[in-house]
Amino acid sequence: MADDATPVTIRFTLDGREVEANKGEMLIAAAERSGTYIPRFCYHPRMEPVGVCRMCLVEVEGPRGTTLMPSCYIAPSDGMVVRTDSEKVKKAQDGVLEFLLANHPLDCPVCDKGGECPLQDQTLAYGPGESRFIEEKRHFEKPVPISDLVLLDRERCIQCSRCTRFAAEVAGEAQIAFSGRGDLVEVAPFPTEPFTSHFSGNTVQICPVGALTAKPYRFAARPWDLDQAESTCTGCSVGCRVAVQSSQDRLTRVLGVDGEVSHGWLCDKGRFGFEAVTGAHDADSEPGRVTTPMLKKNGELVPVTWSEALSAAAAALSTAGSAVGVIGGAQFTNEGAYAWVKLAKGIIGTDSVDAQLDDGLPASLVFGLPAATILDLDTANAVLTITGDLSEELPVLFLRLREAAHRGTPIVQIHQHPDSVTSIAHSALAVRSGDTDAVVRMLCGDDVQAAQLRNHPEGLSFDPAALEAAKAALPHGGKGLVVIVGRENLAEDGTLTAAAAKRIAGAFPEATFLVGLRRANVRGALDLGLTPGFLPGRVTLAEGQSRYAGTWATTPSATGLSTVEQLRALATGAAGAPSVLVLLGSDPLTDLPDGALAAAGLAKATTTIVVSGHHTATTAQADIVLPVTVANERTGTTTNVEGRVSVLAPAVAAPGQAWSDWTIATALADALGADLGLETVDAFAAEIAALAPSHRGLSAQLLAGASGDGIIIPVGSSPIHGAQPLDPTAFPGVKAVPARPLGTEQASLPEGAPASGGAALLAAIPEAVSVPGPDGYALRLTVQRRLYDGGATVTNSPSLAPLVDGATVKVHPSALDRLGVASGTVVRLRSAAAHLDLPAISDKTVIKGTAVLSFNHATADHAGNAAASLIDASAVVTDVRMETR
Amino acid sequence: MSTTIVTARRAFDDSFTIERALATGAYEGLKKALSMTPEAVCAEVDAASLLGRGGAGFPAGRKWSMLRKNPTTYLVINGDESEPATFKDHYLIERDPHQLVEGVIIAAYALQVTQAFIFIRGEFALGLERVTQAINEAYAHGALGRNIFGSGFSLDLVVHPGAGAYICGEETALLESLEGKRGFPRIKPPFFPAAIGLYGEPTVVNNVETVSNLPWIVSNGGAAFAALGEGRSTGTRLFALSGDVERPGVFEVEMVKSTFRDLIERPELGGGVRGGKAVKAIIPGGVSAPWFFPEDLDTPLGQDEVAAKNSMLGSGSIVVMDETRCMVRAAWRITKFFSRESCGQCTPCREGSGWLERVLYRLEHGGGRMEDVDLLLDLCDNIAPGLTWPPQQTTICVLGPSIPSSIHSAISRFREEFIAHVHDGGCRHGR
Repeated sequence: MADDATPVTIRFTLDGREVEANKGEMLIAAAERSGTYIPRFCYHPRMEPVGVCRMCLVEVEGPRGTTLMPSCYIAPSDGMVVRTDSEKVKKAQDGVLEFLLANHPLDCPVCDKGGECPLQDQTLAYGPGESRFIEEKRHFEKPVPISDLVLLDRERCIQCSRCTRFAAEVAGEAQIAFSGRGDLVEVAPFPTEPFTSHFSGNTVQICPVGALTAKPYRFAARPWDLDQAESTCTGCSVGCRVAVQSSQDRLTRVLGVDGEVSHGWLCDKGRFGFEAVTGAHDADSEPGRVTTPMLKKNGELVPVTWSEALSAAAAALSTAGSAVGVIGGAQFTNEGAYAWVKLAKGIIGTDSVDAQLDDGLPASLVFGLPAATILDLDTANAVLTITGDLSEELPVLFLRLREAAHRGTPIVQIHQHPDSVTSIAHSALAVRSGDTDAVVRMLCGDDVQAAQLRNHPEGLSFDPAALEAAKAALPHGGKGLVVIVGRENLAEDGTLTAAAAKRIAGAFPEATFLVGLRRANVRGALDLGLTPGFLPGRVTLAEGQSRYAGTWATTPSATGLSTVEQLRALATGAAGAPSVLVLLGSDPLTDLPDGALAAAGLAKATTTIVVSGHHTATTAQADIVLPVTVANERTGTTTNVEGRVSVLAPAVAAPGQAWSDWTIATALADALGADLGLETVDAFAAEIAALAPSHRGLSAQLLAGASGDGIIIPVGSSPIHGAQPLDPTAFPGVKAVPARPLGTEQASLPEGAPASGGAALLAAIPEAVSVPGPDGYALRLTVQRRLYDGGATVTNSPSLAPLVDGATVKVHPSALDRLGVASGTVVRLRSAAAHLDLPAISDKTVIKGTAVLSFNHATADHAGNAAASLIDASAVVTDVRMETR
Repeated sequence: MSTTIVTARRAFDDSFTIERALATGAYEGLKKALSMTPEAVCAEVDAASLLGRGGAGFPAGRKWSMLRKNPTTYLVINGDESEPATFKDHYLIERDPHQLVEGVIIAAYALQVTQAFIFIRGEFALGLERVTQAINEAYAHGALGRNIFGSGFSLDLVVHPGAGAYICGEETALLESLEGKRGFPRIKPPFFPAAIGLYGEPTVVNNVETVSNLPWIVSNGGAAFAALGEGRSTGTRLFALSGDVERPGVFEVEMVKSTFRDLIERPELGGGVRGGKAVKAIIPGGVSAPWFFPEDLDTPLGQDEVAAKNSMLGSGSIVVMDETRCMVRAAWRITKFFSRESCGQCTPCREGSGWLERVLYRLEHGGGRMEDVDLLLDLCDNIAPGLTWPPQQTTICVLGPSIPSSIHSAISRFREEFIAHVHDGGCRHGR
């Protein structure tokens, strides 16, 4: 990418005027920047040009006269003379449009794309007024489902190949392709391989006609009736830029908007999960939203008024004093997170506050590691990943990583089970649960560990040649190395991953890190102090005491308990256990890896107050339920995986009596006789910027001036980019979003803002964790997240819910042979504490001596999160035995 | 009869066997080539000024020299001869597979390529069988594989059957197909596979007839080849003569020295128009070529000579249509072929071919309108702007711009026949 680093300007003549292009830029893009829009169908700025639709033909002067050339496929050269407006060009474009319309059904009045259709729009702008085609048009059966979510109308298709190219080139899953010839060419999935991509919805969005439609939007609305809010997706922590569209206060559609984070792509959960907010347009059932405060009376939750619910909550909290535990908040806005931290730490006085559910990584690690940005992937020398399956956990980050791999950036992966990243990896090192740190040591040149790994009864889990290849791929000192670190296995102690990450930071001092925590605003929640031991702004309690003393009533003096510590203290009745639990949009009964601990801890709490947008397993057990607004109903900001703050805009009003996250905190403070001192979301944002050093200099004004991608904090640590106007043909359906001036603004680091996380914080991370040796009879368990799981978004979205798999355990064929059962047989997995019956699937990619289970999937006799029943939070790793029933 | 080069074994029914081939000098040219330096072999081919026999007529030596700058990785032989009435490669593949294999090895040696492919049209069942057998025999004979004839040069040769698409005769589509992908022609630039070819590596693609000439050229010298023919058109060429002639078939003729009239009328060649009828039109170089008419009959059979009359010698396929032929029907049949064989990638070709076919069908079968005649020409103009020759194009490959040739020729010369079809509600002749 050295070409990009040193832009070379090329001057050429476009319609008689001198125009500049960047080296390597295609004519169509250079012309567009200079204000000349050349019509196009197949061209998409985020995909390689193919020049097949021939709509963008222009006349180029050459040695043998002028020739028509596709402007999407030629790069201007110095002195080139181009005409986009000659008679010859016009005739060719008219001709192409007439050809495209020849077999097109022209059923615009009943087509979902009608009103936002590039074919319709460009026919109006460039096409002949009338068709001379009087023949019978081609006919196909229509529509045909090509996946669970996408339907195809082959008669409308104009064979631009955007969808097939997206599948092959961007998603790397060539599950749809052309078949047939001539004017009977059609897009089709393979007869033997279903179109199961997590990214299938993008094919619908980029379709320049109404050929591809998505089940959740088919016949739901007319585009001109839609309202739009430009916002940030909160399906996971990638923070994709979105246009959220609604009609009559119901969400109808979510579209990706081009930007530096997501390049306009979305995963299907992010795109279609809106059904969990206001329901599916064609479903009778409403999503399971909490619409009114509820109080447990006589053992049953009944709807009550806000004042009654708040009084009850305040009464319980007053009684508890500071013996209060707060769990969750990673789905809240930044402003909401700050409001709850101020309430919990600044008024109630507890530090037992944790946004993570033992499924993340310690805040000291998140703050202590030098931060990378997603844009760094574009220029990285190498990428090292130790994380869960990115296409399942942070799907669009996977697409961005895939781009890097496609450009030739070597990806080194340490994994416990092959996944999407393995398929693009330069070298992949398979490790058993517990051995990650040992392999990292070997990667860092410590060969002593090798013996231990080789001594495993099932042998070394990876090819030694891959280790050498990985070593060679990692740049010395870590220059240009981006490390993506996350929780690959929820059945092992997160400290193992943290220790490995710390070791990498030590061995590769110049490496930067993306900490791949999954929940939408977990980064914002941690930054703003929803974690034990910290106050807002990534500062420790001791550091922050004086900083907050003037504004806050109090600050905690001692580090409080994490989620697991709170629940364990409750379950065991230990001193210091909280008596009241406040659950901020969290559902520990489903999401805590140690399911038994969640149940035992919650059962012992005197009062459980749950702030939730949806009914969950945990709200059913609560004493007080407070309805909160969820995605696309909120105003505020969110922080993504890179520490990038971007804007959330409401597209619909909250149902019933749901309040925003910060409003509830303010009202509860009020009910406690205290005062958060802030009454608008802007006031919260302003206080954050004033007090939290990590957010210093961040203002609504600055956010409004940046592109919708937002700003990486601390302000000034990364350039702030503007946004180009969106190409309406590349992003059909997205109503005009404000274009910000081009160019790069380099804000300076404000006084007092930290340049990067304090490396000193890494001292809190252990150097190493001792891992029990393998038990020759047991299988070491790896439990991984899936995109479609039993969480509230998927289960409340009628289109997505059917995509959730049942829980299975994947084992190496030799493990089934030993047991003498066939693949698919229901077996019994027995851990130290519990057992689980589920089908065993033979999979030769599973490392011998391990078993792989998906998180938050149900079995026939275990509803909810079956895997959680096997996991013990106090164990470093989880060993299970597999038995016949 | 003049010199024969590629049809020298024509007299033998068993010309395809290794026994006959060896008895008649097969692999002697290869042995001679191996005793020369690769540069010297290239020099002989340059001296022969052998033009590519696939249709475009690009000088083979020049094509090779583009490769000499960077190491060639692959040699691919295009045997996907699929155009209607084109069957001269078919002849060479079935009748003289050893000559073909020997030519491939010589080309590979000249280019220092160690992996070559022959892509053969899938419908050539017998040809596939014979070439495969010839390759196996060549391996056994020491002419293929490691250390060929003790020279130290090694080559592997693979036969790849096509899957039934005409478009795979377009060299970049052929490469895509060979890579296991859908046979979509690649967009240009790069204009030559020499830059980015098979699997992204530099590749030379040569036609079957082109390489079949190599054993003779090496044995007899490039100068001897260049002495045949005239001007840029050296050596001999195979012509696939069909249509309304008494003796349709494949004929090897010294270039430029004979005319279309000679080919059609001479007793040992075409033997005259069938039934003594008059010529109405001639397709001079495959169905992509603009037609010739009786006044063009004395045009010499040479590349530049035909090009000077705004058509092309192309693939060497010559179709004679006598005075009874319906020109609308001829245009319709040819367009129907292109419409079926359009890969569907570029809009003008995909949609235009089908549209043209349907309009021509209506004219021929009843339902034609007066405005259809100009509609046809305008649609053609939208595929090949200006309707000039060689054509301008609005498409990636030349299949699209090939479609207008027959329609434009037929309408330009026989417009009244089209109008008669409108008046008569279809074709009077019914054939």
